[in-house]
Amino acid sequence: MAGTASAIAIELREAGKAFGEVVALTGINLLVPRQSRVGFVGPSGGGKTTLLRIVAGLLESDTGLVRVEDASTARQRLAHCALMPQRDLLLPWRTALDNAAIAVENRGASRAEARRRTRPLFERFGLASFENARPAQLSGGMRQRVSFLRTLMAEKNILLLDEPFGALDSITRAQLQEWLVQAMDAVPRTVLLVTHDIEEALLLSQRVVVLSQRPGRVVRVLEADHGFVGSRREIVTSPEFVSLKEQALEALES
Amino acid sequence: MSDAAREATREPTGEQTPAPAGPPRSTRVPAFIRRYGPPMLITLAAVCLWQLILPLAHVPEYLLPTPSEVAADMKADWPVLEPALLVTAWEILLGFVIAVAVGVGLAVLLHLVPVVRRAAYPLLIGSQTVPIVVLAPILVILFGYGIMPKLVIVALICFFPVVVNGIDGLRSVDGELISMMRTLNASRWAIFRRVEFPAALPSIFSGMRIAATFAAIGAVFGEWSGSNQGLGYVMLAATPNLLTARIFAAVVFLTLIALALFGAVSLLERIFVPWAPEENSR
Repeated sequence: MAGTASAIAIELREAGKAFGEVVALTGINLLVPRQSRVGFVGPSGGGKTTLLRIVAGLLESDTGLVRVEDASTARQRLAHCALMPQRDLLLPWRTALDNAAIAVENRGASRAEARRRTRPLFERFGLASFENARPAQLSGGMRQRVSFLRTLMAEKNILLLDEPFGALDSITRAQLQEWLVQAMDAVPRTVLLVTHDIEEALLLSQRVVVLSQRPGRVVRVLEADHGFVGSRREIVTSPEFVSLKEQALEALES
Repeated sequence: MSDAAREATREPTGEQTPAPAGPPRSTRVPAFIRRYGPPMLITLAAVCLWQLILPLAHVPEYLLPTPSEVAADMKADWPVLEPALLVTAWEILLGFVIAVAVGVGLAVLLHLVPVVRRAAYPLLIGSQTVPIVVLAPILVILFGYGIMPKLVIVALICFFPVVVNGIDGLRSVDGELISMMRTLNASRWAIFRRVEFPAALPSIFSGMRIAATFAAIGAVFGEWSGSNQGLGYVMLAATPNLLTARIFAAVVFLTLIALALFGAVSLLERIFVPWAPEENSR
């Protein structure tokens, strides 16, 4: 039964994926505890996005087993996961609020009902008074916040974030990283985060999985549940953090 | 603190860029003149030139009338031209509406059912290689001298750009967006109506604008193939009598109908696709 089954939300055993001749992922073994946050770093083209798409149920693993909650086929997994893509992909014909609420509408709620349910979080995420703005009128950082909220409104237990801040400038990214930690603490979910930025992975997740060059395999798993407190500058320059970062860099070089 | 007060005091946090402003404009010319001024000027210049040159070249009216003679004929022949104008305008409008309805419907069907697309797309292309010139007399035999063959011809000419643009628009949607929607509980139908169809609207309107310029050709062609009313019929009847000014008058009215249809489509596009970039600011 779900209650006693395990505290494991996602399990991958010897998962792998090839696209024709190109092997994207091979021999991936991973256990993700419920409500934990796991970051994936690795060189581009290393199959990070493929891994997310397999977990999401958008792709099926060629080998082994992929289980998300009690779902093991791709179609079943799709019901458990919500994906936030790298680009915000907001719909230009919808207002910011309606973009955030689209998953609620997809579940069959009327537009008015979807708005009513989304509005409180919209305000909590610092987007109040931008409900009726078109995506083109929002800054890049605000668009990503709307995009994250849209993912959250799918009310899935598992969030898959694919380089959520990859397209932003570094200052905005730093602000949004802090914002995202607070947002995730407020609404705890199991989160898989793909990024090419080691610092971002260490800051946002409790565990960091380092993937190799293609064919992607797990090189190293770092426990980053540091429980650091303080400002971003204090955290990033603390000896523990620097040491973790070094280990990750070393794993990437190997 | 009341909600309204909190709303007013809360500053949007962090970064933000101002709403995108248009490119800086040095001159303060009203948008209407900036947009329509140049083409109107060219048209006016051409008409003036035409009016001035013909008398100098001693061209008789039955060969080539001057604009003023055409204008005079419009007034004199209004009792003949008015009913013809209404008939043809109605054929164009109705045929166009049928074409858009069929075209959009077909595009959606072909998009949603891949088997149908594979089966029907080659036929669709093939249908355009059959010259309307050949079809028109057959349609007249089939449907007689009434409005029916004209509607069929107008619709046949107009539906093609709508279908092709519609299919392209529906397929243009970012695959990543569809993946994301699938993880956000979207059914196939939800993806279609919330993402694909709105995304295809600009393309569909492009197809409609092309179709709008074809519609008048279709209607006149239908009338030439067999009719006893309409602007095409008026032209046909005027030819053996060398009523050249009347033919020109009919041409002017046809052009005006086509322009009006084009304008109406553009207006509808502005209403239904307000997010599309304006032609002017591109």
